[in-house]
Amino acid sequence: MAALRQIAFYGKGGIGKSTTSQNTLAALAEMGQKILIVGCDPKADSTRLILHAKAQDTVLSLAAEAGSVEDLELEDVLKIGFRDIRCVESGGPEPGVGCAGRGVITSINFLEENGAYDGVDYVSYDVLGDVVCGGFAMPIRENKAQEIYIVMSGEMMAMYAANNISKGILKYANSGGVRLGGLICNERQTDKEYELAEALAHKLGTKLIHFVPRDNVVQHAELRRMTVIEYDPESKQAQEYRTLAQKIHANAGNGTIPTPITMDELEDLLMEFGIMKKEDESIIGKTATEAVA
Amino acid sequence: MPQNAEKVIDHELLFREPEYTSMFAKKKSEFEFKPSDAKIAEINEWTKTAEYREKNFKREALTVNPAKACQPLGAVFAANGFKGTLPFVHGSQGCVAYYRSHFSRHFKEPTSCVSSSMTEDAAVFGGLNNMIDGLANTYNLYKPEMIAVSTTCMAEVIGDDLDAFIKTSKQKGSIPEDFDVPFAHTPAFVGSHITGYDNALKGIVQHFWTKEGERKPVPGKINFIGGFDGFVVGNMPVIRRMFDQMGVDYTVLCDPSDAWNTPTDGEFRMYDGGTTKEETMQALHASATIVFQEYSAEKTAKYIGEQGQEVVALNHPVGVTGTDRFLMEVSRLTGKPIPEALTKERGRLVDAIADSQAHLHGKKFALYGDPDLMLGLTGFLLELGAEPVTVLSTNGNDGWAAKVQALFDASPFGKGCKVYPKKDLWHLRSLLFTDPVDFLIGNTYGKYLERDCGVPLIRLGFPVFDRHHHHRFPIWGYEGSLRVLVTLLDEIFEAIDASTIVTAKTDISYDIIR
Repeated sequence: MAALRQIAFYGKGGIGKSTTSQNTLAALAEMGQKILIVGCDPKADSTRLILHAKAQDTVLSLAAEAGSVEDLELEDVLKIGFRDIRCVESGGPEPGVGCAGRGVITSINFLEENGAYDGVDYVSYDVLGDVVCGGFAMPIRENKAQEIYIVMSGEMMAMYAANNISKGILKYANSGGVRLGGLICNERQTDKEYELAEALAHKLGTKLIHFVPRDNVVQHAELRRMTVIEYDPESKQAQEYRTLAQKIHANAGNGTIPTPITMDELEDLLMEFGIMKKEDESIIGKTATEAVA
Repeated sequence: MPQNAEKVIDHELLFREPEYTSMFAKKKSEFEFKPSDAKIAEINEWTKTAEYREKNFKREALTVNPAKACQPLGAVFAANGFKGTLPFVHGSQGCVAYYRSHFSRHFKEPTSCVSSSMTEDAAVFGGLNNMIDGLANTYNLYKPEMIAVSTTCMAEVIGDDLDAFIKTSKQKGSIPEDFDVPFAHTPAFVGSHITGYDNALKGIVQHFWTKEGERKPVPGKINFIGGFDGFVVGNMPVIRRMFDQMGVDYTVLCDPSDAWNTPTDGEFRMYDGGTTKEETMQALHASATIVFQEYSAEKTAKYIGEQGQEVVALNHPVGVTGTDRFLMEVSRLTGKPIPEALTKERGRLVDAIADSQAHLHGKKFALYGDPDLMLGLTGFLLELGAEPVTVLSTNGNDGWAAKVQALFDASPFGKGCKVYPKKDLWHLRSLLFTDPVDFLIGNTYGKYLERDCGVPLIRLGFPVFDRHHHHRFPIWGYEGSLRVLVTLLDEIFEAIDASTIVTAKTDISYDIIR
């Protein structure tokens, strides 16, 4: 058996991380890989398309019911979905209470201690949008994910988030083995999106693993709580995810230590592609009406 | 084996037995891999130099032996000062074990305090359920009249909302709707135990004063807030006696002196003494509040002032001048004259000081501790003609330092004395080497400095773990000041005896009469 590969998907909230990761992992499963998905988002929607279920019994909700994590059995939380993909959701508190970050730490420790990683080829962590505290950096700590894939688009804030996540990876990369696997651009049909994504990848010292085009079939599949791979395996979009899966599979050990850039450099990049006007300080802080006047 | 049941050797001597000395020697040679004894001695000597001191004072990222404790400790102290009140700390159990043991080691009394026992799942989901169950258990098992809630780091980091939690607990029926549960957020990583005392006391006062409603001032009635005080068991009776002698209508807000001084008579008292709820509510109508230790009650004092009372904030006023100031303020606020008995007591203190003047004059002291205690003792030492060469506080700020400096400037004995705000005991260690003094004043932790620097330690502060019953005696008022004077003199005479005790060498001064 090949060594266990651990990967993680990060990216700005709403960018399509969960959709992209589940489709890619479904394609990897098609290739015969045994996969475990660890959802690290209190919303617990990282495995919905694999399980055809909106949410499931999360580690933390069951732990709370049982009294403590120690009283929990792995079978209680481990669900099997499409092509035998094992799925676990860490879950977390209601918005506004407790500490979701601590929840991620608790869940991952529980899974490791109880042998959830035995007998799988891939462990994939799907992490909530912003790495707001140490808990959400748990998957990039030592001996967890070896490669991080950042899902982004050509929108400024998505690129900004990608850069921020790179900073987080850099922090742990120097002391541990975590590397940036690459960027995955989810097409939003913004101006010069592909070129921008390529350029940002270059700046960050990594590569654009794949440019996933926009296709309505994703939406159709989502409504049926399915991946495109399962819903319409013959579609062009399914093929795109397969390509992405192959690229990730072939990318083992090719991760890099990222070279995050400053906010100014990021803005320069946008100017370079004509998306932002050069040094047009006069528009900053002005409303549309003010600009006309 | 060196031990036998007939004659058990205590650890003081046990570890000097050959079995142990050879084991320690083996451990050192085979496992410790220490630098040579010569090298260790060389470095030890270097830590005594001015060069090292300079480096030590440039320290930014590290605190070594801070002379302070954390907020909830002060909150538990404050809660203990109210009748039938059980301190309830929302957070993990270990923290509460610390507050209880810390107080019990100092007061040699059990300290009642419960925890909401937050564990990992509470850290993730928030501690609401722990609050609901905890309050219900506390109420049913220990039958308190009031539960005063504070928090540990854990609850603060995850942002638990005490106000909402307590209201929800009441809605869920864990305690009756009208049961008093004052609360205060006391993050242990902010401020010190005096901050926690302040927050908790304000929480309690505000809870009852809001309930009481409109203030109807009663002329001449005053409140007294002592602040965090390791000698509270001895001090509070002195304060009450002086008020009674003056015939003052007063309320002590927070008096734990009975809770930590229960008699052994066959009955366990989980609660004893303390300010009652009714007294606390009526305290709203007082014309003024005297805060004996300003830095212990900054927020409380501000709140009380906003209710329309005059607030007189003092800085642990002891000694002749200090006690004069305190009593004169009481007299001014209440219109009651200072009675003959107190004037006579004052005269006796002055007499005692004069009797011992020759031994006090010019003696050099280093002292550390809570900011108000430092101000009080600095003032007293200067008054005695002693020199408080080094005054250090970990939880004293720059404003505090300016006050200490003002005391120095007002006395010829304060010349060349220095104040060190926001410094720790490792800074003090350097200072004791480079600016030598005759005596050190501090808490029990000062004994390591006594050992390292060879300066005799006088235990005035909190905690005092290694001497019994000091806390039973006062250090406030003329009476307490006399006690402080005797404590200082005892140590001064011990030091003279120790340095003259060698027969036919130094004993020419080993005198019967001092």
